[in-house]
Amino acid sequence: MLSAAGGAVLAADAAPNPWFDLSWVSNNWSTIMPLVGQHVRLTVVSVLIGALVAFPLALLARRTRGLAAAVLGLSTFVYTIPSLAMFAFIAPFTGLSETTVAIGLVLYSLVVLVRNFLAGLQAVPAEVREAARGMGYGPGRMLLRVELPLALPAIMTGLRIATVTTVALVTVGVIVGQGGLGQIIIVNGFGANYYRPPIVFGALGCVLLALLADQALAVVERLLTPWTRRGAAA
Amino acid sequence: MNAFQDAVVYLNDPFNWTSARGILFLAGQHLQIAGLAMLFALLVAVPPAVWLGHRGRGGGFLLGLSNVSRAVPTLAVLTIFAVTSIGFTIWAPVIALALFAVPPMLANTYVGFREVDRDVVEAARAMGMSGRQVVWRAELPLALPLVMTGIRTAAVQVVATATLASLLANPTLGTVIRSGFGRQDYGMVVAGALLVAGLALLTDLALALLSWAVTPGDRRVPFARTRSRRAEATAVAAAR
Repeated sequence: MLSAAGGAVLAADAAPNPWFDLSWVSNNWSTIMPLVGQHVRLTVVSVLIGALVAFPLALLARRTRGLAAAVLGLSTFVYTIPSLAMFAFIAPFTGLSETTVAIGLVLYSLVVLVRNFLAGLQAVPAEVREAARGMGYGPGRMLLRVELPLALPAIMTGLRIATVTTVALVTVGVIVGQGGLGQIIIVNGFGANYYRPPIVFGALGCVLLALLADQALAVVERLLTPWTRRGAAA
Repeated sequence: MNAFQDAVVYLNDPFNWTSARGILFLAGQHLQIAGLAMLFALLVAVPPAVWLGHRGRGGGFLLGLSNVSRAVPTLAVLTIFAVTSIGFTIWAPVIALALFAVPPMLANTYVGFREVDRDVVEAARAMGMSGRQVVWRAELPLALPLVMTGIRTAAVQVVATATLASLLANPTLGTVIRSGFGRQDYGMVVAGALLVAGLALLTDLALALLSWAVTPGDRRVPFARTRSRRAEATAVAAAR
């Protein structure tokens, strides 16, 4: 029972407010699905754009130590800014749109991705690079054929962490009305007389989405790095 | 850029700071929630992590826990506690935030204590220290930098997340942002964002200084890039 409804005199019995109610899910399917779609869309778009921006940044940062320190310092700074404040800074420019949420999420995923991409590239042994150069590999071919495969585990770890955190962060987009499952939690649950089924559904949905995305990326990683599996079997 | 000018105007008005639901009141609520959450989380997280790290056990479980906690949206947990019977008190956000502060402190404290050089522990034992003395006098000073990193990470996260409690029943600095959106006053929105971001950065800074102050031994000045630069400076001073 809610403490607010604790008074003795009620005109009618209080409406039931169970923690779990699957019939709520089936009755509100048409509300839920577009929001799940928005959640997935925002996550995929943000991580994808984040990765596309992070990769050249990591390549640049690798060249000079000063630039690497600047990129890492700036990314730590960005990560300290609370998500609600981030969306609030962006909203005056892009309004109450999905773009506002996406820009904020790109910035957060960028932080994780640049760090991991850079760490992966820096961990390529200098001897390997030298051997490749000795075999006549130019910089472009070396990146694609030698450095990227070796950095792949770190890159995939970065993508997995970024995806999982992004799935959780999308919910805060509710402040501009574009929060995916966050809308279900706040608008359909908390805002609708503290109705619990949508709140629990939204929370579990987020966790499930995050775990699914993580597992999907783990499968991609295994497919992309067949040599690590062979090594483990031997 | 108009919103940013409006934000400066908003922040320059003393009434917005001192009124009944003004910035000072909201900041007080914000810090009270964050402080209590940190206190509970410290009490819950640090003792078991010290014990497990001292024994060198349970690492996989603790690190797994801290990874899984990343997947749980803080907003969802805040809301779940807000619709329980403690909903409209400050305990709902305090408990929810404490839950999220536990994993980073557990993981870092555990790793800090486990990574203490075994030779040091053995030497401490050989000097006749009891188990408790080994923990307090040998392991703790060496583990302290990592323990403080965990506390710092958790504190910044708690201060940042306390903002979200404003979407539910509890007024915090996030309330400024929320009311700004409600009034379609982007100046107020940006002012709130500046306050919230400023508080988070201040927390980070304060804890960086604290961890520098409590770390014994040859300590690094916070934000200085390398130790060698400082050593150089001392060498120059000595040469004079």
